[in-house]
Amino acid sequence: MLKVDNINVYYGAIHAIKGVSLEVNEGEIVTLIGANGAGKSTVLKTISGLLRSKTGEIIFLDENICSLASHKIVERGLAQVPEGRRVFLQMTVQENLEMGAYTRRGNIKGTMEKVYAQFPRLLERRKQVAGTLSGGEQQMLVMGRALMSHPKLLMLDEPSMGLAPILVEQIFAIIQTLNKEGTSILLVEQNAQMALSIADRAYVLETGSIAVSGTGRELIESDNIRKAYLGG
Amino acid sequence: MKRISKTAHSNLYTYGFVIIAYAVLMLITATGGISSSLKGQLVPICAYVVMAVSLNLTVGVLGELSLGHAGFMSVGAFTGVVACISLEALIPLAPLRMAISMVIGALCAGMAGALIGIPVLRLRGDYLAIVTLAFGEIIKNIINCLYVGTDSRGLHISFLTNSDALNLGEDGRVIIDGPMGISGITKISTFTTGIILILVTLFIVLNLVNSRSGRAIMALRDNRIAAESVGIPVTKYKMMAFVISAALAGAAGTLYAMNYSTIIATKFNFNTSILILVFVVLGGLGNVLGSIIAAAVLTVIPELLREFDDYRMLVYAIVLILVMIATNNAVFKSMLRRVLGKIRPSITKDVKEGP
Ligand SMILES: Nc1ncnc2c1ncn2[C@@H]1O[C@H](COP(=O)(O)OP(=O)(O)OP(=O)(O)O)[C@@H](O)[C@H]1O
Ligand SMILES: [Mg+2]
Repeated sequence: MLKVDNINVYYGAIHAIKGVSLEVNEGEIVTLIGANGAGKSTVLKTISGLLRSKTGEIIFLDENICSLASHKIVERGLAQVPEGRRVFLQMTVQENLEMGAYTRRGNIKGTMEKVYAQFPRLLERRKQVAGTLSGGEQQMLVMGRALMSHPKLLMLDEPSMGLAPILVEQIFAIIQTLNKEGTSILLVEQNAQMALSIADRAYVLETGSIAVSGTGRELIESDNIRKAYLGG
Repeated sequence: MKRISKTAHSNLYTYGFVIIAYAVLMLITATGGISSSLKGQLVPICAYVVMAVSLNLTVGVLGELSLGHAGFMSVGAFTGVVACISLEALIPLAPLRMAISMVIGALCAGMAGALIGIPVLRLRGDYLAIVTLAFGEIIKNIINCLYVGTDSRGLHISFLTNSDALNLGEDGRVIIDGPMGISGITKISTFTTGIILILVTLFIVLNLVNSRSGRAIMALRDNRIAAESVGIPVTKYKMMAFVISAALAGAAGTLYAMNYSTIIATKFNFNTSILILVFVVLGGLGNVLGSIIAAAVLTVIPELLREFDDYRMLVYAIVLILVMIATNNAVFKSMLRRVLGKIRPSITKDVKEGP
């Protein structure tokens, strides 16, 4: 459903992404792992239209979205959960979720109920101002907010960053549930072990290019990957 | 639902406040209980109120700093007056001519806003502050070198020359005379016009803020990256808020200029921009009623301080500092909140308090 073909992204003179190609098929969880500064976030931002590639194309549901504005891309059903828990700090949990449905017309009640069912914690905190939520709750909120747009493909940028192990497991379990319910996932992670264990396929990014790719299992079992990313 | 009725309530308070203030002032004026100097201030107060409310849209609601709001006022003042003088023969009815002139002033200032906004608002960071600052100065200097006249053949415009270069016919009239500005304006602004402009401004701003667009604008003020990620067209909404703000300032400029017989470009300088920013900050970012009160009170105070003569600005500055301390003092604020209870109408309950 998503096909990224040979993109090159620059920050001024810095060549951050060098000819990256990757693919996400309907119903898959695909993960993109790599060291700090490898360019993972840059790839996601390019797909969601916040950065532009100098070459190549990005096809989502048979449409070239390379030159679409980012809000049009969200409308097409491709949502991104940006890095670093970007909640609307001054709005309540409920208002945050309402903003998530910004691109949709019509009734959002049903979706809202589904999101609350998925994240009961958010329901409890419905009226709380998002800035006062804990880090874990904020992460759930940004995920819930992205779901409000009814994405066909959800891109998550380091959802486990800075969370306690138990919360990390919870977040990964939720990702798997979302996937079972029909949302395809492109997951960027530092926590390579966890990411590979739930992924159908994986790509390893090294200083701006794809070094290795394969199924989640293949990569977990590969010696090189284990040494480089899984701590032995 | 509850929240909507609450904002609707506080909006009604704001409209009500303006209308009651109008009724009271008209009554006092009719009974002769108002000094002539204060009476002369009524139209400028209205103009400054509109300036403050419109700047609040950019600074308080959109969250972008603008240091050249007086520049838009200037554009509105000069284009509006030129329109008014040119239309004198065509539309003898003063209120109608006034209304059309204000619309023209607003359109021209709105276009100036769009010209600045298109390149600047796509950028991240505080570029708008720098560019609007420059714009205010540039527009002042442009108008200082501008000569405009009218005769039976239409408008004549000349730049960097003198009024002779306009080549006006026998029946010609110089409207803008470079650094001398415009003189011989028929004063057709009235307090009533001013109040109507305030009400129109409130209608536009409050409706915008409480609309879907308004929520999007506040969302992008809160967190731009999150706003982009939920699919809010950031540049479009920034443009919308900024251009509306500029256009309203333009209408205020026309209103202001038509209250004097002479108007010069240097009136709308950096100090004026800062003064309006002070109104907005003191009234509270995002708080429309606050802007109205701050603009009105702080325009009247210097007038009332006339008896202090040379110490006028000193006393004014001290008052400003005291108000600043008071409004940023937690104890004072909570006291004020208790006193005012629920009737503290703020259009954006979620604006951060204090600096
Ligand atoms: N706005 C920017 N301007 C200049 N260089 C940038 C910018 N953003 C990122 N970079 C550089 O691009 C490279 C890739 O950054 P990116 O944020 O994509 O890495 P990442 O893989 O997401 O890292 P992390 O795991 O730490 O989040 C880095 O070298 C970074 O310094
Ligand atoms: Mg990153």
